[in-house]
Amino acid sequence: MNLDLKPLHDILERHPAEPTELISVLQDIQLEYNYLPPEALKQAAEALSVPLTKVYSVATFYKAFSLEPKGKKVIRVCMGTACHVRGAGLLLDELVRRLKVKPGETTECGEYTLESVNCVGTCAMAPVVMVNEQYYGKMRISKIKRILANEAR
Amino acid sequence: MMRFASPSALKAQRTKLETRAAKVKREILICAGTGCLAGGSADVAEVFRTELKAAGMKIGVRMVIKETGCHGFCEQGPLVILMPEKIFYQKVKPSHVKKIVESTLKNGEVIERLLYKNPDTGERVETYDRIDFYAKQHRLVLRNIGRIDPQSIDDYIAAGGYAALPRALKMKPEKVIDEVAKSGLRGRGGGGFPTGRKWATCRKVEVHPRYVICNADEGDPGAFMDRSICEGDPHAVLEGMIICAHAVGSPKGYIYVREEYPLARQRLGIAIEQARTAGLLGENILGSGFDFDIEINRGGGAFVCGESSALMKSVAGEVGEPRAKYIHSVVKGLYDKPTVLNNVETFACVPYILDRGAKVFAAVGTKKSTGTKAFSLVGKVKNTGLVEVPMGISLREIIFGVGGGIIGDRPFKAVQTGGPSGGCLPESALDLPVDFDTLTDAGSMMGSGGMIVMDDRTCMVDVARYFVNFLVEESCGKCTPCREGLKQLLFILERICGGTGEPGDIERIDRLSSVLTDGSLCALGSSAANPVISTLKYFRDEYEAHIADRRCPGGVCKALITYSINDKCTGCTACVKVCAFDAISGKKKSRHKIHADKCTRCGACIYVCPDEAIEVH
Repeated sequence: MNLDLKPLHDILERHPAEPTELISVLQDIQLEYNYLPPEALKQAAEALSVPLTKVYSVATFYKAFSLEPKGKKVIRVCMGTACHVRGAGLLLDELVRRLKVKPGETTECGEYTLESVNCVGTCAMAPVVMVNEQYYGKMRISKIKRILANEAR
Repeated sequence: MMRFASPSALKAQRTKLETRAAKVKREILICAGTGCLAGGSADVAEVFRTELKAAGMKIGVRMVIKETGCHGFCEQGPLVILMPEKIFYQKVKPSHVKKIVESTLKNGEVIERLLYKNPDTGERVETYDRIDFYAKQHRLVLRNIGRIDPQSIDDYIAAGGYAALPRALKMKPEKVIDEVAKSGLRGRGGGGFPTGRKWATCRKVEVHPRYVICNADEGDPGAFMDRSICEGDPHAVLEGMIICAHAVGSPKGYIYVREEYPLARQRLGIAIEQARTAGLLGENILGSGFDFDIEINRGGGAFVCGESSALMKSVAGEVGEPRAKYIHSVVKGLYDKPTVLNNVETFACVPYILDRGAKVFAAVGTKKSTGTKAFSLVGKVKNTGLVEVPMGISLREIIFGVGGGIIGDRPFKAVQTGGPSGGCLPESALDLPVDFDTLTDAGSMMGSGGMIVMDDRTCMVDVARYFVNFLVEESCGKCTPCREGLKQLLFILERICGGTGEPGDIERIDRLSSVLTDGSLCALGSSAANPVISTLKYFRDEYEAHIADRRCPGGVCKALITYSINDKCTGCTACVKVCAFDAISGKKKSRHKIHADKCTRCGACIYVCPDEAIEVH
């Protein structure tokens, strides 16, 4: 697959060529491409004068970054304490079963990435599942089927 | 928007805004916190605008609509409050709006079915100040949240905002620090370090530039106070930071906001722009000759970055690994320069202290823990949401007074505070006063303010396993006790929850925990065993039941439980429909049966059963 490098160059242009910009640059790349393509990492390293090894270490340290392309829709099951005591684990199990992927994986069709996240800060609506920016609060296992059907439309 | 060249220009604007506010006869406050937005409050606001227009009612001078920050009672959202009567409508849908406009706004009639129903008496409550959840709180830091439009600097100014700043700028920096010290303010992020002392140490270091950082990387699971403050009253955070910058002599500040909080970032961003335009940030603030600006840093999604030295690494674009603190960050912090780092709630307290005086602040709370504390009261409690109470109040008053008790009136088992660094306290601790020192002595800690209530259907071994699992994932991996010790701890805890716990496991856990506590590099590592130590201290019998009797008293650990249906079953078939494994059979209107060989104990049937007929053994 050929990578369109134009957006990457725009991002690198937008930021000052300082090593301290590394995280912001990677965040913009992640937003643009939905993952961190190897070529982008190399060019970012060069532009910011940071060794590629260090770029890789930052890229793998923070959860916001992914070295694999993510699905069109990212389903995040909140695993915060409030969600946990209200049965978030059961929701995750059910999504694993229905989507046939483990947390962190993307479905074969490239539609969904399933993730568990450590607290989205909407604890009063626990348990919470997010699909991209959409929050689904007070979740029940029985609601998952409907949500997936809804999202598939 | 004008630029205020002097304190008097700002004062003139305040007077103007106050005159304008006095003309307002009707305020429609619609909650636009993350919780209510998820429930559709943006649509509610939209429909209000169209319906008011259709009814020929003009929005502007006498009637205003405000989309506010979090009202706190997220459980009942979306929330609409009508001022001046304080009418509190809950679970408002766009379809209700027309009726509200017709009945309440036009004819002054209250709509019964939208009012909050007291779960104990069944009585409908008309105004929010008579609802226990609000009546028993003391809102000081959260006083503006839910009342003002967080995207309007005018609203903040009209509510008394940016009154403390000119006062502080007129004072000598040392005097400002003195005032903060006298207030007794201690860091709200978890450590409880005296804020005034932190600022004073930083100021004394003769190295420039010095930095001010606001920690909005609220990573503790089960906590969302800082998110609500950033979303609901962002200017208060900025004002606190500007005052701090003046006090310690800093030209540059950063707010480090979690990756997971897009709305907080957006609202802070808007506030910073407004403050710059108004001359409250940037060069020559209010004509005082003092320069200070703030930049937002987006976190990368790493829990460890809530630790101050890791956070500073992250701001500098590096991997967020903590360092040993032989040298404090107030001496050598960001880019090795003196740095004051406080959390959101701490900064939000500062304008109040400078405006009303240290004495007024210190009059609230206890002697050693002054002021109030915001908590996110969540879990198995009736009224979940954001609450603010005076320090020194008992846990019981928070959980049973403000929170209304346990869902379904089930027995209380434990309350967890302090996130993964805190612990679980049992019923015997419920009457302890909530302050920094008492909670630490009891084996938990104040933490940033997450308060998760647990009932009898919670397994305490599972809770310990949950936190250790969380920390295994989030450990930065730099030091061995935390990286390897947590993994071994998890291994043992999973064995116990999985029904293969061995005699001697409890002693192994004990030993490992003390290695973690003594040997870890940073505060997150040395406190990582707290959830385990505290559950072991107060709920040792549950550990023993898992190991010796292969029994999970909370009915949570799947390997140790079975489901069955008792004679309360009416044969409604709700469980059959929801079971994905065909594990339930039975005829309509007769008692059903669960087939243990097919049942995965997923719990789906429990949630749909209207008759509590499904039992866990």
